[in-house]
Amino acid sequence: MHEFSIVQDLLYMCEKNAKDNSATKVTKVEVKIGKLSGVEPHLLQIAFDTFKEKTICDGAEFCIHHQDLVVRCTMCGKETILEKNTFACPHCDGAVEVLDGEDMYLMKLEME
Amino acid sequence: MCKDCGCTIAPHTHEHSHSHSHEEHPNPQLNDPKTIEVITKILDVNDTQAAHNREHFEKHGALAVNLMSSPGSGKTTLLEATIDHGGIKLGVIEGDLETNQDADRIKAKGAVAHQITTGQACHLDAHMVHDGLHHMPIDGLDVVFVENVGNLVCPASYDVGTHLNVVLLSVPEGDDKPAKYPVMFRAADVLLITKCDLLPYFDFDVEKAIKETRKLNPKVDVIEIDSKSGQGIDKWVSYLQMKKALR
Ligand SMILES: Nc1nc2c(ncn2[C@@H]2O[C@H](COP(=O)(O)OP(=O)(O)OP(=O)(O)O)[C@@H](O)[C@H]2O)c(=O)[nH]1
Ligand SMILES: [Mg+2]
Ligand SMILES: [Zn+2]
Ligand SMILES: [Zn+2]
Repeated sequence: MHEFSIVQDLLYMCEKNAKDNSATKVTKVEVKIGKLSGVEPHLLQIAFDTFKEKTICDGAEFCIHHQDLVVRCTMCGKETILEKNTFACPHCDGAVEVLDGEDMYLMKLEME
Repeated sequence: MCKDCGCTIAPHTHEHSHSHSHEEHPNPQLNDPKTIEVITKILDVNDTQAAHNREHFEKHGALAVNLMSSPGSGKTTLLEATIDHGGIKLGVIEGDLETNQDADRIKAKGAVAHQITTGQACHLDAHMVHDGLHHMPIDGLDVVFVENVGNLVCPASYDVGTHLNVVLLSVPEGDDKPAKYPVMFRAADVLLITKCDLLPYFDFDVEKAIKETRKLNPKVDVIEIDSKSGQGIDKWVSYLQMKKALR
Protein backbone atom coordinates (compact mmCIF):
# COMPACT_ATOMS: atom_id res chain seq x y z
CA MET A 1 0.00 0.00 0.00
CA HIS A 2 2.38 2.72 -1.11
CA GLU A 3 -0.40 4.57 -2.90
CA PHE A 4 -0.59 6.95 0.06
CA SER A 5 3.11 7.84 -0.28
CA ILE A 6 2.67 8.33 -4.01
CA VAL A 7 -0.24 10.71 -3.47
CA GLN A 8 1.81 12.80 -1.05
CA ASP A 9 4.49 13.23 -3.72
CA LEU A 10 1.78 14.08 -6.22
CA LEU A 11 0.23 16.71 -3.95
CA TYR A 12 3.62 18.38 -3.41
CA MET A 13 4.06 18.49 -7.15
CA CYS A 14 0.63 20.10 -7.60
CA GLU A 15 1.41 22.72 -4.93
CA LYS A 16 4.67 23.57 -6.61
CA ASN A 17 3.16 23.92 -10.06
CA ALA A 18 0.29 25.99 -8.73
CA LYS A 19 2.73 28.31 -6.98
CA ASP A 20 4.90 28.66 -10.08
CA ASN A 21 1.78 29.69 -11.96
CA SER A 22 0.40 31.98 -9.24
CA ALA A 23 -2.71 29.86 -8.96
CA THR A 24 -4.63 29.48 -5.72
CA LYS A 25 -6.61 26.42 -6.55
CA VAL A 26 -6.15 23.26 -8.56
CA THR A 27 -9.41 22.07 -10.08
CA LYS A 28 -8.33 19.01 -12.04
CA VAL A 29 -5.36 16.65 -11.86
CA GLU A 30 -4.63 14.26 -14.71
CA VAL A 31 -2.24 11.38 -14.22
CA LYS A 32 -1.10 8.48 -16.34
CA ILE A 33 -0.63 5.18 -14.52
CA GLY A 34 1.20 2.36 -16.25
CA LYS A 35 -0.27 -1.12 -16.09
CA LEU A 36 3.04 -2.34 -14.66
CA SER A 37 3.85 0.68 -12.51
CA GLY A 38 3.12 -1.27 -9.35
CA VAL A 39 0.30 1.06 -8.39
CA GLU A 40 -3.34 0.14 -8.09
CA PRO A 41 -5.40 2.96 -9.73
CA HIS A 42 -8.42 2.28 -7.52
CA LEU A 43 -6.32 2.67 -4.35
CA LEU A 44 -4.67 5.75 -5.78
CA GLN A 45 -8.09 7.33 -6.29
CA ILE A 46 -9.04 6.61 -2.67
CA ALA A 47 -5.72 7.96 -1.43
CA PHE A 48 -6.09 11.14 -3.49
CA ASP A 49 -9.63 11.77 -2.27
CA THR A 50 -8.48 11.25 1.32
CA PHE A 51 -5.42 13.48 1.23
CA LYS A 52 -6.54 16.29 -1.06
CA GLU A 53 -8.67 17.91 1.64
CA LYS A 54 -7.19 21.13 2.98
CA THR A 55 -4.52 21.17 0.26
CA ILE A 56 -4.47 23.22 -2.90
CA CYS A 57 -6.20 20.26 -4.55
CA ASP A 58 -9.22 20.34 -2.23
CA GLY A 59 -12.23 19.63 -4.41
CA ALA A 60 -10.12 18.83 -7.46
CA GLU A 61 -11.24 16.24 -9.94
CA PHE A 62 -8.79 13.34 -10.29
CA CYS A 63 -8.50 11.79 -13.71
CA ILE A 64 -6.53 8.57 -14.19
CA HIS A 65 -5.44 7.41 -17.62
CA HIS A 66 -4.63 3.72 -17.64
CA GLN A 67 -1.58 3.13 -19.75
CA ASP A 68 -1.15 -0.23 -21.46
CA LEU A 69 2.24 -1.80 -21.89
CA VAL A 70 3.63 -0.61 -25.19
CA VAL A 71 6.78 -2.29 -26.48
CA ARG A 72 8.92 -2.10 -29.58
CA CYS A 73 10.64 -5.16 -30.99
CA THR A 74 14.40 -4.81 -31.37
CA MET A 75 14.34 -7.37 -34.21
CA CYS A 76 11.37 -6.55 -36.48
CA GLY A 77 10.72 -3.05 -35.18
CA LYS A 78 6.97 -3.49 -34.69
CA GLU A 79 5.22 -1.68 -31.87
CA THR A 80 2.76 -3.78 -29.90
CA ILE A 81 0.55 -3.54 -26.83
CA LEU A 82 1.42 -6.51 -24.62
CA GLU A 83 -1.67 -8.22 -23.28
CA LYS A 84 0.21 -10.77 -21.21
CA ASN A 85 3.32 -10.13 -19.15
CA THR A 86 5.53 -12.04 -21.55
CA PHE A 87 8.25 -9.69 -22.70
CA ALA A 88 8.87 -10.98 -26.20
CA CYS A 89 7.61 -9.79 -29.56
CA PRO A 90 4.27 -11.49 -30.41
CA HIS A 91 5.23 -11.38 -34.10
CA CYS A 92 8.76 -12.76 -34.15
CA ASP A 93 9.60 -13.61 -30.52
CA GLY A 94 12.40 -10.99 -30.58
CA ALA A 95 13.54 -9.05 -27.56
CA VAL A 96 11.46 -5.95 -26.83
CA GLU A 97 12.06 -2.58 -25.26
CA VAL A 98 9.32 -0.97 -23.21
CA LEU A 99 8.04 2.36 -24.55
CA ASP A 100 5.30 2.99 -22.00
CA GLY A 101 3.32 1.38 -19.21
CA GLU A 102 5.86 1.03 -16.40
CA ASP A 103 5.75 4.50 -14.89
CA MET A 104 3.45 7.02 -13.25
CA TYR A 105 3.21 10.52 -14.63
CA LEU A 106 1.52 13.74 -13.67
CA MET A 107 0.27 14.90 -17.06
CA LYS A 108 -1.92 17.98 -16.77
CA LEU A 109 -3.20 20.41 -14.18
CA GLU A 110 -6.20 22.70 -14.37
CA MET A 111 -5.94 25.62 -12.01
CA GLU A 112 -7.39 29.00 -11.27
CA MET B 1 22.18 19.97 4.03
CA CYS B 2 24.19 16.88 3.49
CA LYS B 3 27.52 17.29 5.33
CA ASP B 4 29.30 14.50 3.62
CA CYS B 5 28.86 15.77 0.11
CA GLY B 6 27.70 19.35 0.54
CA CYS B 7 24.48 18.54 -1.20
CA THR B 8 21.35 20.52 -0.48
CA ILE B 9 18.84 17.75 -0.79
CA ALA B 10 17.18 17.65 2.59
CA PRO B 11 14.99 14.67 3.37
CA HIS B 12 11.41 15.07 2.26
CA THR B 13 11.39 18.78 1.62
CA HIS B 14 10.31 18.07 -1.92
CA GLU B 15 12.01 21.21 -3.08
CA HIS B 16 13.80 19.54 -5.90
CA SER B 17 10.85 18.74 -8.04
CA HIS B 18 11.94 19.25 -11.59
CA SER B 19 8.55 19.78 -13.11
CA HIS B 20 8.74 21.50 -16.41
CA SER B 21 5.75 23.69 -16.70
CA HIS B 22 5.45 25.01 -20.19
CA GLU B 23 4.46 28.43 -18.89
CA GLU B 24 7.56 30.55 -19.05
CA HIS B 25 6.01 33.70 -17.63
CA PRO B 26 3.43 33.07 -14.95
CA ASN B 27 0.64 35.56 -14.98
CA PRO B 28 0.47 37.34 -11.61
CA GLN B 29 -3.23 38.19 -11.92
CA LEU B 30 -4.45 34.80 -12.84
CA ASN B 31 -8.23 34.82 -12.72
CA ASP B 32 -9.22 32.55 -15.51
CA PRO B 33 -8.88 28.85 -15.21
CA LYS B 34 -6.02 27.50 -17.19
CA THR B 35 -4.57 24.15 -18.02
CA ILE B 36 -0.87 23.41 -18.00
CA GLU B 37 0.91 20.36 -19.35
CA VAL B 38 3.29 19.04 -16.76
CA ILE B 39 4.39 15.55 -17.80
CA THR B 40 6.63 14.72 -14.86
CA LYS B 41 7.19 11.36 -13.22
CA ILE B 42 5.29 11.32 -9.95
CA LEU B 43 8.38 9.82 -8.29
CA ASP B 44 10.63 12.50 -9.79
CA VAL B 45 11.73 13.77 -6.37
CA ASN B 46 12.61 10.25 -5.27
CA ASP B 47 14.48 9.57 -8.51
CA THR B 48 16.54 12.75 -8.11
CA GLN B 49 17.49 11.70 -4.59
CA ALA B 50 18.28 8.18 -5.84
CA ALA B 51 20.70 9.57 -8.42
CA HIS B 52 22.36 11.52 -5.64
CA ASN B 53 22.67 8.39 -3.49
CA ARG B 54 24.38 6.62 -6.38
CA GLU B 55 26.92 9.43 -6.50
CA HIS B 56 27.62 8.81 -2.81
CA PHE B 57 28.26 5.13 -3.42
CA GLU B 58 30.41 5.87 -6.42
CA LYS B 59 32.48 8.41 -4.54
CA HIS B 60 33.24 5.76 -1.95
CA GLY B 61 33.87 3.12 -4.59
CA ALA B 62 31.17 0.86 -3.19
CA LEU B 63 28.80 -1.39 -5.08
CA ALA B 64 25.26 -0.84 -3.75
CA VAL B 65 22.75 -3.68 -3.74
CA ASN B 66 19.02 -3.51 -3.02
CA LEU B 67 17.76 -6.78 -1.48
CA MET B 68 14.02 -7.29 -1.92
CA SER B 69 11.64 -10.15 -1.12
CA SER B 70 8.59 -11.18 0.87
CA PRO B 71 8.96 -11.09 4.65
CA GLY B 72 11.11 -13.97 5.82
CA SER B 73 12.57 -15.12 2.49
CA GLY B 74 16.01 -15.15 4.06
CA LYS B 75 17.53 -11.73 3.32
CA THR B 76 19.24 -11.29 6.69
CA THR B 77 20.31 -14.94 6.84
CA LEU B 78 21.88 -14.55 3.39
CA LEU B 79 23.81 -11.50 4.59
CA GLU B 80 25.01 -13.42 7.65
CA ALA B 81 26.18 -16.27 5.42
CA THR B 82 27.88 -13.76 3.10
CA ILE B 83 29.81 -12.26 6.02
CA ASP B 84 30.78 -15.74 7.25
CA HIS B 85 32.03 -16.69 3.81
CA GLY B 86 34.46 -13.75 3.75
CA GLY B 87 36.00 -12.08 0.74
CA ILE B 88 33.78 -9.00 0.80
CA LYS B 89 33.81 -6.03 3.16
CA LEU B 90 30.17 -5.18 3.49
CA GLY B 91 27.83 -2.85 5.34
CA VAL B 92 24.06 -3.01 5.58
CA ILE B 93 21.28 -0.45 5.73
CA GLU B 94 18.36 -2.35 7.23
CA GLY B 95 14.75 -1.42 6.61
CA ASP B 96 11.96 -2.77 8.79
CA LEU B 97 8.67 -1.45 10.06
CA GLU B 98 9.78 -2.02 13.65
CA THR B 99 12.76 -3.28 15.73
CA ASN B 100 16.55 -3.14 15.36
CA GLN B 101 16.85 -6.91 15.29
CA ASP B 102 18.16 -7.28 11.76
CA ALA B 103 20.84 -4.59 12.19
CA ASP B 104 21.84 -6.24 15.48
CA ARG B 105 22.22 -9.60 13.71
CA ILE B 106 24.58 -8.00 11.16
CA LYS B 107 26.58 -6.19 13.84
CA ALA B 108 26.89 -9.42 15.81
CA LYS B 109 28.69 -10.84 12.78
CA GLY B 110 31.15 -7.96 12.91
CA ALA B 111 29.91 -5.86 9.99
CA VAL B 112 28.62 -2.28 10.09
CA ALA B 113 24.87 -1.78 9.92
CA HIS B 114 22.30 0.94 10.40
CA GLN B 115 18.64 0.24 11.09
CA ILE B 116 15.90 2.36 9.55
CA THR B 117 12.50 1.79 11.11
CA THR B 118 9.84 2.97 8.71
CA GLY B 119 6.86 2.79 11.11
CA GLN B 120 3.99 2.54 8.65
CA ALA B 121 5.83 2.73 5.34
CA CYS B 122 5.99 -0.61 3.61
CA HIS B 123 9.05 0.26 1.52
CA LEU B 124 12.28 2.23 1.69
CA ASP B 125 12.58 5.33 -0.45
CA ALA B 126 15.69 7.16 -1.61
CA HIS B 127 15.42 9.76 1.16
CA MET B 128 15.41 7.16 3.92
CA VAL B 129 18.43 5.44 2.42
CA HIS B 130 20.24 8.77 2.12
CA ASP B 131 19.58 9.35 5.79
CA GLY B 132 20.94 5.90 6.55
CA LEU B 133 24.08 6.62 4.54
CA HIS B 134 24.95 9.45 6.87
CA HIS B 135 24.65 7.21 9.89
CA MET B 136 27.05 4.58 8.68
CA PRO B 137 30.72 4.78 7.69
CA ILE B 138 30.92 3.43 4.16
CA ASP B 139 34.53 4.27 3.41
CA GLY B 140 36.50 1.16 2.58
CA LEU B 141 33.45 -1.03 2.05
CA ASP B 142 33.22 -3.17 -1.09
CA VAL B 143 29.47 -3.58 -1.02
CA VAL B 144 26.68 -1.67 0.73
CA PHE B 145 23.48 -3.67 0.99
CA VAL B 146 20.10 -2.11 1.44
CA GLU B 147 17.84 -4.75 2.98
CA ASN B 148 14.42 -3.48 1.99
CA VAL B 149 11.21 -3.96 3.96
CA GLY B 150 9.85 -7.47 3.39
CA ASN B 151 7.17 -6.86 0.75
CA LEU B 152 6.84 -8.06 -2.84
CA VAL B 153 4.87 -5.03 -4.01
CA CYS B 154 5.81 -1.53 -2.90
CA PRO B 155 9.64 -1.59 -2.85
CA ALA B 156 9.63 -2.36 -6.58
CA SER B 157 8.37 1.14 -7.39
CA TYR B 158 11.20 2.96 -5.63
CA ASP B 159 14.70 3.50 -6.93
CA VAL B 160 16.77 3.85 -3.76
CA GLY B 161 19.99 4.67 -5.59
CA THR B 162 21.56 1.22 -5.63
CA HIS B 163 23.28 -0.38 -8.64
CA LEU B 164 21.69 -3.80 -8.52
CA ASN B 165 18.28 -5.14 -7.60
CA VAL B 166 18.46 -8.59 -6.06
CA VAL B 167 15.15 -10.35 -5.49
CA LEU B 168 14.89 -13.43 -3.25
CA LEU B 169 12.27 -16.11 -3.74
CA SER B 170 12.31 -18.78 -1.05
CA VAL B 171 11.19 -22.33 -1.76
CA PRO B 172 8.29 -22.36 0.76
CA GLU B 173 6.69 -19.36 -0.98
CA GLY B 174 5.96 -21.35 -4.13
CA ASP B 175 7.07 -21.14 -7.75
CA ASP B 176 4.00 -19.12 -8.78
CA LYS B 177 5.20 -15.88 -7.20
CA PRO B 178 6.98 -14.39 -10.24
CA ALA B 179 3.78 -14.52 -12.29
CA LYS B 180 1.76 -13.06 -9.40
CA TYR B 181 4.14 -10.20 -8.62
CA PRO B 182 5.35 -9.18 -12.09
CA VAL B 183 6.57 -5.69 -11.21
CA MET B 184 8.96 -6.97 -8.55
CA PHE B 185 10.36 -9.86 -10.57
CA ARG B 186 10.73 -7.62 -13.61
CA ALA B 187 12.83 -5.23 -11.56
CA ALA B 188 15.35 -7.94 -10.62
CA ASP B 189 18.86 -8.00 -12.01
CA VAL B 190 19.46 -11.22 -10.10
CA LEU B 191 16.97 -13.76 -8.78
CA LEU B 192 18.10 -15.76 -5.76
CA ILE B 193 16.12 -18.92 -5.13
CA THR B 194 16.66 -19.33 -1.40
CA LYS B 195 16.14 -22.11 1.17
CA CYS B 196 16.99 -24.71 -1.49
CA ASP B 197 17.64 -27.18 1.34
CA LEU B 198 13.84 -27.35 1.61
CA LEU B 199 13.25 -28.46 -2.00
CA PRO B 200 12.61 -32.10 -0.98
CA TYR B 201 9.70 -30.97 1.20
CA PHE B 202 7.87 -28.57 -1.14
CA ASP B 203 6.35 -28.79 -4.62
CA PHE B 204 8.63 -26.07 -5.88
CA ASP B 205 9.68 -26.44 -9.49
CA VAL B 206 12.96 -24.53 -9.89
CA GLU B 207 12.83 -24.70 -13.70
CA LYS B 208 9.32 -23.29 -13.72
CA ALA B 209 10.22 -20.45 -11.37
CA ILE B 210 13.13 -19.50 -13.61
CA LYS B 211 11.05 -19.81 -16.78
CA GLU B 212 8.27 -17.62 -15.39
CA THR B 213 10.74 -14.99 -14.23
CA ARG B 214 12.48 -14.92 -17.61
CA LYS B 215 9.15 -14.41 -19.38
CA LEU B 216 8.93 -11.15 -17.48
CA ASN B 217 12.57 -10.41 -17.43
CA PRO B 218 14.56 -12.27 -20.10
CA LYS B 219 17.99 -11.08 -18.94
CA VAL B 220 17.74 -11.96 -15.24
CA ASP B 221 20.58 -13.98 -13.68
CA VAL B 222 19.69 -16.77 -11.27
CA ILE B 223 21.54 -18.30 -8.32
CA GLU B 224 20.20 -21.15 -6.19
CA ILE B 225 21.11 -20.76 -2.55
CA ASP B 226 20.89 -22.56 0.76
CA SER B 227 22.20 -20.17 3.40
CA LYS B 228 22.18 -22.87 6.07
CA SER B 229 24.70 -25.20 4.41
CA GLY B 230 26.31 -22.46 2.32
CA GLN B 231 25.37 -24.00 -1.03
CA GLY B 232 25.49 -21.30 -3.72
CA ILE B 233 27.16 -18.73 -1.44
CA ASP B 234 30.46 -19.14 -3.33
CA LYS B 235 28.76 -18.27 -6.59
CA TRP B 236 26.96 -15.34 -4.98
CA VAL B 237 30.15 -13.92 -3.50
CA SER B 238 32.00 -14.34 -6.82
CA TYR B 239 29.16 -12.54 -8.55
CA LEU B 240 29.36 -9.61 -6.12
CA GLN B 241 33.15 -9.45 -6.42
CA MET B 242 32.88 -9.37 -10.20
CA LYS B 243 30.27 -6.58 -10.10
CA LYS B 244 32.33 -4.63 -7.58
CA ALA B 245 35.43 -4.97 -9.77
CA LEU B 246 33.52 -3.48 -12.69
CA ARG B 247 32.51 -0.36 -10.78
N1 LIG C 1 15.89 -23.98 5.93
C1 LIG C 1 16.32 -22.73 5.68
N2 LIG C 1 15.85 -21.73 6.42
C2 LIG C 1 16.29 -20.48 6.17
C3 LIG C 1 17.25 -20.22 5.14
N3 LIG C 1 17.49 -18.89 5.10
C4 LIG C 1 16.72 -18.34 6.08
N4 LIG C 1 16.01 -19.30 6.73
C5 LIG C 1 15.09 -19.10 7.86
O1 LIG C 1 14.00 -18.29 7.44
C6 LIG C 1 13.58 -17.43 8.50
C7 LIG C 1 13.59 -15.99 8.03
O2 LIG C 1 14.89 -15.61 7.69
P1 LIG C 1 15.41 -14.10 7.66
O3 LIG C 1 16.79 -14.13 7.13
O4 LIG C 1 15.17 -13.44 8.94
O5 LIG C 1 14.43 -13.50 6.56
P2 LIG C 1 14.30 -11.98 6.08
O6 LIG C 1 14.01 -12.02 4.63
O7 LIG C 1 15.49 -11.22 6.50
O8 LIG C 1 13.02 -11.49 6.89
P3 LIG C 1 12.45 -9.99 7.06
O9 LIG C 1 13.63 -9.08 7.20
O10 LIG C 1 11.62 -10.05 8.28
O11 LIG C 1 11.65 -9.73 5.83
C8 LIG C 1 14.55 -17.68 9.65
O12 LIG C 1 13.94 -18.55 10.56
C9 LIG C 1 15.74 -18.31 8.98
O13 LIG C 1 16.46 -19.17 9.83
C10 LIG C 1 17.72 -21.33 4.37
O14 LIG C 1 18.55 -21.20 3.45
N5 LIG C 1 17.22 -22.56 4.69
MG1 LIG D 1 15.60 -9.40 7.56
ZN1 LIG E 1 3.00 -0.60 0.29
ZN1 LIG F 1 9.40 -8.67 -33.65
